[in-house]
Amino acid sequence: MIATIAFYLFATLTIAPALAVVFARNPVHSVLWLILAFFNAAGLMLLVGAEFIAMLLVIVYVGAVAVLFLFVVMMLDIDFASLRRGFSANLPFGIIIALVLLGEIIVAVSAWKVGPTLSNHAIPAAAQPNIVALGQLLYSRYLFAFEIAGLLLLVAMIGAIVLTHRSRGDLRTPKVSKQIRRRPGEAIRMLDPGVGEGMKL
Amino acid sequence: MIPRFTAPLLPELVLSIGGTILMLLAAFTGRRGATLVSWLAVLLLLGATVALIGPPSHAGPVFDGMVSADLFASFGKAIMFPAAAVAIIAAHGWFERGTEHASEYSVLIVFAAAGMSVMVSATSLVALYVGLELNSLAGYVLAAYRRSDERSAEAGLKYFVLGALASGILLYGISLLYGFTGTMTFTGIAAAFARGTPSLGLLFGLVFVLAGLAFKASAVPFHMWTPDVYEGAPTPVTTFFASAPKVAAVLLATRLCVEGLGPATDAWRQIVIFAALASIFLGAIAAYGQTNIKRLLAYSSINNVGFAMIGLAAGGARGASSVLFYMAVYVVMTLGAFLCVLWMRDEEGRPVESIVSLSGLAQTRPRFAAAFAIFMFSLAGIPPLFGFWPKLVVFNAAVASGYVALAVAGILGTVIGAYYYLKIVKVMYMDEPAAPYARVREPVQGLLILVAAILVSPLGYLLIGPLGSLTDKAAGSLF
Repeated sequence: MIATIAFYLFATLTIAPALAVVFARNPVHSVLWLILAFFNAAGLMLLVGAEFIAMLLVIVYVGAVAVLFLFVVMMLDIDFASLRRGFSANLPFGIIIALVLLGEIIVAVSAWKVGPTLSNHAIPAAAQPNIVALGQLLYSRYLFAFEIAGLLLLVAMIGAIVLTHRSRGDLRTPKVSKQIRRRPGEAIRMLDPGVGEGMKL
Repeated sequence: MIPRFTAPLLPELVLSIGGTILMLLAAFTGRRGATLVSWLAVLLLLGATVALIGPPSHAGPVFDGMVSADLFASFGKAIMFPAAAVAIIAAHGWFERGTEHASEYSVLIVFAAAGMSVMVSATSLVALYVGLELNSLAGYVLAAYRRSDERSAEAGLKYFVLGALASGILLYGISLLYGFTGTMTFTGIAAAFARGTPSLGLLFGLVFVLAGLAFKASAVPFHMWTPDVYEGAPTPVTTFFASAPKVAAVLLATRLCVEGLGPATDAWRQIVIFAALASIFLGAIAAYGQTNIKRLLAYSSINNVGFAMIGLAAGGARGASSVLFYMAVYVVMTLGAFLCVLWMRDEEGRPVESIVSLSGLAQTRPRFAAAFAIFMFSLAGIPPLFGFWPKLVVFNAAVASGYVALAVAGILGTVIGAYYYLKIVKVMYMDEPAAPYARVREPVQGLLILVAAILVSPLGYLLIGPLGSLTDKAAGSLF
């Protein structure tokens, strides 16, 4: 019962923001709706017992991809009004693509029980959660590849710094030690100005 | 408690942990620490070479057959680590002026060496891919190292985009092989191929994987990036690209073909024969019109990969042994030639790359010209020099397997290729002297040129006995 309610809650909250992504006039709002849709899709994944995919959705799609989108949308000066101008001209083509997609969805939904898929069977209960299973494999048999992949990311990081970082003369970076060493006596002066005199700095 | 994989993987552990420490050192000392970091990196690479003695050379499969610690891998590493160290020494006096991140160069080379080391010992598609990417990613950054220089940035971008495409092709092949065999290990794939005529999916996977590897080894028809990247990248980086990663790619292809695709030899042999002949002839003919010495050496490296692949096409332990022999001598010749190119500087110390500027070098700098001529003669494979012997070994292996026509075609390619090597010698010895080069005060590089010249001189023939028996043993560990 509670699972059914949760399913419909997550499903509604996935589809409604997905529609809002398309119809929002402001692209920044679109990206924010997209993030909401991702979160609820992760909830759906949790319901079918795929908690690893749920975490991936949150970490990869929300954490990286959507935030990147947001940056791109906010940083690039795209004139969305001019993008929309060709709307009526491209409408027939858009409708054709939409119909093709609709056809695919119909075929996919109707073929859902045709083949020897899982739909007729209950998913066998795993002896351990799939995150545990993945972790055990990753840190035993595939430890070597995992560690080398870690090195790979380290090299990517070094590369990004080497290729883009340069020390510029016009930056005023804070001197942390100097800030910490500062005493109240150096920074604050107590004044007692008389009425109507104001104070001299 | 020390885990049991520590001893067989000691060289990789030394490189990855040492590389991380060097990275921290480079980050905190900045430009001041460049010299210190580069010498420490050289020490680290030599230390990793010493660490090859013992379990890393004969411990066998590690991590359920993910990688193998055998003599074949150790032989490759024993060539690649010192070659990487030479590439670090080659950068002395190169990046100090006007480059901010001079010390990260050595760190990236150390990580690239770790990647190559994984490549040559990989016995599973997963290890193959992560090793290859670790090496390539460091390579992309190195190619674009002089980011203020337009050519270097272009080289880096070109290498990155084409490399990503090749990785995609390789991954597609890997996914097909995995999908149709259900295993990632080379032995498992070999067992699947041995089960009868391979299915279409398996053949597609094989072709795609070989195409991806051919890109990394810059074999024709996947060579297009090589001249541009070699020309645009800073010369020390080109020195590196032409030597160690090439060995890694060729050795990786050899191991994959022998261990993983052994039962499908008939399927890959025709591909390898085509790539070998195409590389030899394209490398030889396209080098004709070149006026830039780095471009010329790029075509020379394409040409040389072709010869190594003849050994691979010959198949068997003898063929694999000839590949190892060829790559070992090739690395010495190429490193020597590129160290000479590094010394081509004009009066103000700026690097010069045109072949014309070499005119009459024999009159202005006789010893420099003699060393350069030795490397050119050796690369051409002219008999008294050592470069002749590996070509003979490779052709012998082909003839022994009954591929006489292949060997004859290869010899024909050698004759055509000899033209442009000899042209450089002619320019140096017979033309009117051009403006003399500035003297480079790098005694260590001078010593390395001297050592390389002695190794490829007729004195190198003394090495045939020990090197031959070592390559035979190393190739034997594959079978």
